[in-house]
Amino acid sequence: MTTIEAGLDTFPKLVRSNAERRPHKIAIREKDLGIWQAYTWRQYFDRARRIALGLAALGLARGDKAAIIGDNRPELYWAVAGTQALGGVPVPLYQDSIEKELAYIVDHAEARFAVVEDQEQVDKLLHIRAQCPRLEYIVYDDVRGMRAYSDPCLISLAELEERGDKLAVSQPGYFDAELARGSADDVAIICYTSGTTGSPKGTMLTHRNMIVMGRNAIEREGLRDDEEVLAYLPMAWVGDHIFSYAQSVLTGFTVNCPESAATVLHDLKEIGPTYFFAPPRIWENLLTNVMIRVEDAARPKRALVHFFLGVAQAIERARLHGRTPSAWRRLLYPLGQALVYGPLRDNLGMRRIRVAYTAGEAIGPEIFVFFRSLGINVKQLYGMTESSALVAIQPNGDVRLDTVGTPLPGVEIRISEQGEVLYRSPGVFVGYFKNAEATRQTLQDGWVRSGDAGFIDAAGHLKIIDRARDVSRLAGGTIFAPKYLENKLKFSPYVKEAVCLGQDRPFVTALVNIDLAAVGNWAERRGIAYTSYTDLSQRPEVYDLIQQEVLRVNASLLEDEVLKGARIRKFLILHKELDPDDEEITRTRKVRRGFIAQKYAALIDALYGDGDRVPVQAQVTYEDGRTGTIRADVKIRDVGTATR
Amino acid sequence: MSGPATPGPLLEVERISVRFGALMALHQVSLRIERGEILAIIGPNGAGKTTLLNVISGFYHPWEGRIRFAGRDRTRLKPPDVAELGIARTFQNVALFKGMSVLDNIMTGRLLKMRGNVVLDALWWGPAQRQELAHRAAVERIIDFLEIQAIRKTPAGKLPYGLQKRVELARALAAEPLLLLLDEPMAGMNVEEKEDMCRFILDVNGEFGTTIALIEHDMGVVMDISDRVVVLDYGRKIADGTPDQVRKDQAVLDAYLGVAHD
Repeated sequence: MTTIEAGLDTFPKLVRSNAERRPHKIAIREKDLGIWQAYTWRQYFDRARRIALGLAALGLARGDKAAIIGDNRPELYWAVAGTQALGGVPVPLYQDSIEKELAYIVDHAEARFAVVEDQEQVDKLLHIRAQCPRLEYIVYDDVRGMRAYSDPCLISLAELEERGDKLAVSQPGYFDAELARGSADDVAIICYTSGTTGSPKGTMLTHRNMIVMGRNAIEREGLRDDEEVLAYLPMAWVGDHIFSYAQSVLTGFTVNCPESAATVLHDLKEIGPTYFFAPPRIWENLLTNVMIRVEDAARPKRALVHFFLGVAQAIERARLHGRTPSAWRRLLYPLGQALVYGPLRDNLGMRRIRVAYTAGEAIGPEIFVFFRSLGINVKQLYGMTESSALVAIQPNGDVRLDTVGTPLPGVEIRISEQGEVLYRSPGVFVGYFKNAEATRQTLQDGWVRSGDAGFIDAAGHLKIIDRARDVSRLAGGTIFAPKYLENKLKFSPYVKEAVCLGQDRPFVTALVNIDLAAVGNWAERRGIAYTSYTDLSQRPEVYDLIQQEVLRVNASLLEDEVLKGARIRKFLILHKELDPDDEEITRTRKVRRGFIAQKYAALIDALYGDGDRVPVQAQVTYEDGRTGTIRADVKIRDVGTATR
Repeated sequence: MSGPATPGPLLEVERISVRFGALMALHQVSLRIERGEILAIIGPNGAGKTTLLNVISGFYHPWEGRIRFAGRDRTRLKPPDVAELGIARTFQNVALFKGMSVLDNIMTGRLLKMRGNVVLDALWWGPAQRQELAHRAAVERIIDFLEIQAIRKTPAGKLPYGLQKRVELARALAAEPLLLLLDEPMAGMNVEEKEDMCRFILDVNGEFGTTIALIEHDMGVVMDISDRVVVLDYGRKIADGTPDQVRKDQAVLDAYLGVAHD
């Protein structure tokens, strides 16, 4: 709070303070022409100021919105600061948005200005201009390909800054006066969230939201001004805005912009960040890349790596479960550190990481344990746009597999009677732009309805079970969270997809899709012959394999007070893969429950009946559009109520 | 346009003929390449397109006829001299140094612009260092332009075919040519790779003002990107005009679709 009281109550004011206090410290780097080009805080402030004045020369007034579209580029971060300095509101958009989405947001946000990276974005905006009558100017950074454009609404960033310089001469006090007029409770940014239903909503966050919440997290996590982060996630995502802009401006640490989307992994290695965030998908990719290279290595090396990874993971698992790792493993760890973990960390570009986060969705325990066992401090973070990205983080030294940590300083968490997580914090947004109805539904007396079902465990850790609207109850009244169970099942390499059922039923059942590659490989190693996916899926050995996985999930539920009543009682393995072409899952691989309940009604009835097999005939759509029929006898396995 | 101020066409080919033994590969072919244009040379297999490109780039010497480049006669120059004049080319079959990185491959495109000194180069000192940095910067601009940053350090031989073609274009561009000759730049590419390559060709032409002559079989591509089309058949030029004119030309239709011989 001290900064706000000291008059440093907006981000551009903090940028100016950085330019005064640490003028020569590197604020931001960008890899351009093969070289990391660095800009100091003084340059950061200068450029933001020139851009601000240029926008002022074009007529940007207090409260005007400026769309920001492009890859992570220093110029675009400067444009954010420049817009804020005039009291304008930056609206970052996803650079890969299609025209329809872009048109909706640019129009809804009433953007008068757009600052974009290159020709690609200019083309999209020019196409949708008819639908966005308020859009007056498009400022572009990269001049490549722009030579032939003559539209008067276009202006290059260089020209814009020149105009700014002229304004600085004619009205020397203008910028400082505008900067001084800004206050903590001005809207600093509008982040549009896609949401799974309806039109995107523009979440308004103030300077105060992000200064207080950003600082609380900085203090709890011990972040310093010598951190290095890689800004590679979309600028439109609130996380990037907090980690690569707000926290950087607050502490003065350095942000690094990769050369292109295709070079991120390489740039990661070159920079060696100390503070890093990635969704589970990216952690997964990193792990796969490592394992592929390990499998390609010569046999003795491979054996060495597997042995030491095993040691480290056993230690980490013990720690995560609060047990003491065995003595001989602890003795071996330093050797593994020298031979395997250190070099591997270095190769991943993670040697210097002090704090890393995974957020967005549940991460597979194997992946989480893998990175932690290498000595990389990966932690789970829980937050959303409405909370300035920050609600809860696992504290250093108190990391668990299945929680998202304890609330950050200033955050209060409450569980509603329906089991929904509610929170209140200094970071809570002020409302959705031009959508009072949605604001009323989400924000009640300062509490935000997260839409997630969860609870606080005995140790004070927040545990997220599922989306609140997916949570239901069994016929006996026990709480049942299908996605929670499905995720646990899918953490098994053998399970590709799973659908759990149980609402208003006596017990929980599951439809399982095996992973053809993993199970096929497993079968080959055991000499189990099979002809097709359908054949493989119905092998008794495969049922035994999957039963082990189901029992594992059931056993892990026992640790859970709230959910232990909803164990899986019966399951079957589907004779075909769930496929977006058959409309069973969406293109982004989300299960379409309603459709499946209808299509597989016979199977589901059988799961709740007495038989142990059920004949099926299924329509499949081939890639060329033809349809065919699969006939099979699907077995049903009752795992009983006992656990392993 | 970046060409010298001399007026007139960039390249004039006057009545050249090339023969391999008894085979007349080119017969009295004349054509002009104007400054700043994209010219497509098309024709059925064996029409003499690559031969024509080879004559222009000095690999073959015409049996008769003259070639003028930027107003000066240069009928009998050798390939290095042609390169020095400002003509660069790519090959029908990719001709990269497979074991060398993409970056080094493109650097070779600047060899003619380097002034070597064995001692200074070995010590990497003074002018040698400055020179290499300047060349590297020029190469990096091309890497950025063609969006191949991610493969900068990859050995060229490991790349998929479409990217190898792009690297070859990069190497040709590194010579900062006035005239760029592309021999089937899109052969063997899928639709997406072709679209990318079209965009790069148009961008090179638009941004650097480089004059481009290309051989291409994909008529869609030819009609979309070229300002002018020259059609060869059995070593003779049978048409020369805008894509629209050529499309309607009876001689061209006959050459491509065949005529009934009664």
